[in-house]
Amino acid sequence: MNRNELRNEVERRWPGQAQCRYNGSNCEVTCTHAVLPELSGRLFLEWNYSFGGLIVEEGSDEWQLRYVFYGDGEVGRPTDNGFVHVPVTAPLADKTFPSIAKFVHAADWHEREAEDMFGVVFEGHPRLGDFILHDDAWQEGVEPMRRSFDAQAAMHHRRPATDWRPRRIVQEPGAFVMPVGPKYSGVTEPAHFLLESVGEDVIRSTPRLFYKWRAVEKLAEGKTPDRVLLLAERFAATTAFAHGLAFCEAVERICGANVPPRARILRVFLAELERLRQHAGAIQEICESTGLVVANSQAGILEEDLLRTSGELTGHRYLFGLVALGGLSRNLSDEACAKALEQCRRTLKLLNQLEQRLRVSSSFLDRLEQVGIVPQRTAWVYGLLGPIARASGVVRDLRRAQPYLSYEDYQFDVPGETEGDGYARLRILFAEARQSVRIMEQAVAALQTQQSNNPIIHQSLSLGAGAALGWVEAPRGATFHWVRLNDEGKIVRYHILTPSFANWHGFHLAVEKFAFQDFPIMLSTFDLSVAENDR
Amino acid sequence: MSQWVINGIRRGIQTTAYPAKPETAAGVSPGLPLGGAYPLEQMNSLMARCPTRVFSARDGQLVVDERHCIHCYRCMHGANQPVNWRQDYEWGTIRDGQGEFGRPFEKSIHICVMDAGDCGACLNEVRQLNNPYYNMHRLGFFITPTPRHADVLLVVGAVTDHIKFTLQKVYEAMPTPKRVVAVGACALTGGVFADSFVCTKGVADVLPVDVEVPGNPAPPLAILHGLLVAVGRKAPWSPAVQAPPEKETPNESGHAAAASARTKA
Repeated sequence: MNRNELRNEVERRWPGQAQCRYNGSNCEVTCTHAVLPELSGRLFLEWNYSFGGLIVEEGSDEWQLRYVFYGDGEVGRPTDNGFVHVPVTAPLADKTFPSIAKFVHAADWHEREAEDMFGVVFEGHPRLGDFILHDDAWQEGVEPMRRSFDAQAAMHHRRPATDWRPRRIVQEPGAFVMPVGPKYSGVTEPAHFLLESVGEDVIRSTPRLFYKWRAVEKLAEGKTPDRVLLLAERFAATTAFAHGLAFCEAVERICGANVPPRARILRVFLAELERLRQHAGAIQEICESTGLVVANSQAGILEEDLLRTSGELTGHRYLFGLVALGGLSRNLSDEACAKALEQCRRTLKLLNQLEQRLRVSSSFLDRLEQVGIVPQRTAWVYGLLGPIARASGVVRDLRRAQPYLSYEDYQFDVPGETEGDGYARLRILFAEARQSVRIMEQAVAALQTQQSNNPIIHQSLSLGAGAALGWVEAPRGATFHWVRLNDEGKIVRYHILTPSFANWHGFHLAVEKFAFQDFPIMLSTFDLSVAENDR
Repeated sequence: MSQWVINGIRRGIQTTAYPAKPETAAGVSPGLPLGGAYPLEQMNSLMARCPTRVFSARDGQLVVDERHCIHCYRCMHGANQPVNWRQDYEWGTIRDGQGEFGRPFEKSIHICVMDAGDCGACLNEVRQLNNPYYNMHRLGFFITPTPRHADVLLVVGAVTDHIKFTLQKVYEAMPTPKRVVAVGACALTGGVFADSFVCTKGVADVLPVDVEVPGNPAPPLAILHGLLVAVGRKAPWSPAVQAPPEKETPNESGHAAAASARTKA
């Protein structure tokens, strides 16, 4: 649906109650509270817009909620970037909004987060509370993201109650629960799972997350973008470059900055290098979880190869300190990039060989095929993102749908599968790794044509008031960073919407109705990051 | 099945020679800033550029507290006079904890890895220790999922409020003697999260820390060095002996050298 069709449709359905406005290349649909759930539902379920997230801001005298949706846009036309923002306001005293989770299930966790952080209530939401702030450890009424909250004051936190027990859902005779975590297995991030069962199969799996909640968004408030960039890179550092880039895109959009062409190409190159490395790491974890020792070792070698390639090229194995506001912090020579590309090509060749061997290893395939199936419709309804969604047939990639960094100039495919099982997710990882190298090849070629033009890779910004969204297709899926600056150029609100947040929401789909012993394998095929989710 | 075997053999041995010989491959370490004598003007500029108080000046020398370094490279990229950089990786230091283990633990230890709020990078570097490049099994280091079997608690991440309780329980569940190795800037000083109202300023606020490994993230070889320091098989890093990397240290004599170096310090 393009923006004219959307406008006609909105005006026809809700005359006087909703209207379309164009704010630059963004489309904003303002509406009344009564219309909000249905409007969101139609955008999401009928008109094929993905749900990006919910951004809550506390203005000086009103609540500002912003629901972000995105469609396919019209590539090559700057008039329509495909984003539809639905802003809703209410006076500060009135903390009640209608819940859209009834129609947009993807918004479920976003509303729970907003309730926990701001105390905003969503009428009609089935389960608010005990989300980010664990109920057994925090007093009622703590709303950390409110401006009135004093983070320096005495702690509102108490020692967690030792008698805390997770809430059980399955109550049949013979039902039992298996609590897993927060510390479990060898080298894992903390998360708690409650697996409920009456025998071999998991019936319900309820994750409890946010053990690693570091309040990054609160920490960013009042700081300069330069400082917050450090946080953006470091809150989920396995995909540090993508998050740093999304933050920079947002700030650059506020300032109307033009990033120099060489920096844009290098950013693409580094973003794809990170994707390749992250996918190699995900493949290694899948091999490890299935107990295929040689494959695990070989994939481990490839991941370390790529880490070393990153380290040799940029100085840092996880690409810290590269992306800067207005460009990059340093130039990379054509030769160094070409050398890194050559190493990536070599690694990709080995990765392809690994895939060939995995495809004929029946003991491996048995653990992945027909297990952990997420059907296409469910993947859509849960708003799953990235390789997970693409393995279930939800093929939407921000690099294609809302090109940033001139991704429209690059030739690449967005691989998709339809089975939605563990094996499909593995195949997507391999296919995307191939596309990443393909993009890197084009980036290196583009560098050489730009060579004589300009070695400038950085433009200084003049910071001013404003707000903008930065978006990047991170290795794990779409990420959106919302930044609002005040007149002094300090951060007023920073909200991070991450792919792991969306995918953790839908993770239980992949383990329910499947056997206990599939659980760790499915966990690895989802390639979830707790750090990215918890923030 | 057979092709896995053939392929594994064909790939050959990839394992690093460290700790017997220094690792020389590119890209194994992000490096750290190097202190020493700098012009006053440059020292002031470096101190102003650093977001985390790594640098201080003492007696006309630039003193580097690498525990704070978060690898933003702001003292290097974009600086008019960049700091000197060292590319080594033997960064493990002993904090005033309970000292070394003693001989019974020298050959083999079991390690319980606890993520107390890291960003994923340190944990990923710990995971690399099990890949063929580093293969820490050859040194007698094993990762165990349960604290009941663990001798060493390896903690990564700025300890968040939600995980603090779990971390304490894990520590209490370990049999004595036990040691704590804190890995990464966040675990040492809180890193970029130090000011957060739900983070501590490092593991030492919660547990007694024996060995500290700086870095953001600490590269695998640095973590390996930290573990070797914990069992007394390597000398800890200290600013006085920073320049020349340690020469060949076979197992037995290496221990003696390390022990004597420590008693001197």
